[in-house]
Amino acid sequence: MIEIKNVTLSYGDRTVLRDISLALSEHRIAIIGANGSGKSSFARLLNGLVLPTTGDVLIDGQNTRTHGKDIRQKVGFVFQNPDNQIVFPVVEEDLAFGMKNLGFPKEDIRRKTDEILARYDMSDLREHPAHLLSGGQKQLLAISGVLVMEPAYIVLDEPTTLLDLRNKRRVTEAIHALDQTVILASHDLDLLQDFDRVIVFDDGRIIADDRPENAIPYYIESMS
Amino acid sequence: MLDLYSPGTSYLHRLGPGPKILTMMLGGTGLFLFDSLPIACAAFIAIAALYPVAGLTAKQAWAQIRPLLWIFAIFFALQWWLSGLTTAAFVVIRLAALILLASLVTLTTRASDMIDSLTHALGFLRPFGANPAKIGLSISLALRFIPVLAQITQEVREAQKTRGLERSVIATALPVAIRTIKMADDISDAIEARGYRP
Repeated sequence: MIEIKNVTLSYGDRTVLRDISLALSEHRIAIIGANGSGKSSFARLLNGLVLPTTGDVLIDGQNTRTHGKDIRQKVGFVFQNPDNQIVFPVVEEDLAFGMKNLGFPKEDIRRKTDEILARYDMSDLREHPAHLLSGGQKQLLAISGVLVMEPAYIVLDEPTTLLDLRNKRRVTEAIHALDQTVILASHDLDLLQDFDRVIVFDDGRIIADDRPENAIPYYIESMS
Repeated sequence: MLDLYSPGTSYLHRLGPGPKILTMMLGGTGLFLFDSLPIACAAFIAIAALYPVAGLTAKQAWAQIRPLLWIFAIFFALQWWLSGLTTAAFVVIRLAALILLASLVTLTTRASDMIDSLTHALGFLRPFGANPAKIGLSISLALRFIPVLAQITQEVREAQKTRGLERSVIATALPVAIRTIKMADDISDAIEARGYRP
């Protein structure tokens, strides 16, 4: 379970999250809100990329302030722009990066690379230059690079924003098929219809926290 | 190394980067030690013959030479004028042999293997405070993001072109610099999120 306890986050004089307290235990959780509402900052708190100014974030009881490395493996993070997440020039090399960082043996790295490429029908792209992949393939590679690290939770920050319709559909299917607990920050309301919980942010505060059928209409109403 | 690596299973592909780089260095030095046109020609033919051994095509070999033809032409003309036809032929053939040799190494070696070897080889710098792993990652990032930066530059140039600013260096350089700095922040976050600890 993820617990957020009285969290405030400020950058200098600018406060982006204000006294947030939450417990996240559902399988599919969405975070929505206007640009600048604090949802991306909130997402970044969950794997310790950003530490709260006050308050604590606990992942299965571990504090992001003190257990950064463990939490990095436990909570995978997928960024909006996969180009900024793919570190190595070749697909296979990039998949290996996270596993090498976590000290996986070579045999495991090879096996898991085979498995993940087969899962997303990208086995023939194993030695392909990453910069020549399509947008959807890049995002799937970014998701794969996180999945091979065997996280229990996956946080995705607007993963379909830069994609065309076909690639969006492909990535959406991949997200829906994930076994892990998913926390998704997104503007794409269609993607969230069958989620368990939707949290609406506005100006660093939570203004709604409910099932999608209630939270999404509330959000649309608040934006009009 | 960018996307030069050509996947394969040949002996040269399987050979570690260390022996390949060492051979390249010795071969390159040898070509400079033996100032002889027949030796340069023999080396060129021998290196070219290694391309099919590595499962590479004549087209791939030609692709390494072709972008540099204008440099060859300048060298050839200059050497012919200064030292005669034999020297001109020797200089150009030796240069072509060196380029083919270096390309053969990059065509048969993954960037990650090259970087791993480099990281290993730079281990002696540790006592002086250098971190070979960081150097290796920096090289990898440079290789990875050259095409991304090229794409950003292209996008900005196109955007400025629509505004009639295609001749303004500042109009292109400034947005590229801003986007690059923003991207660097995101990349740093992404590397951290993927468990990297230098």
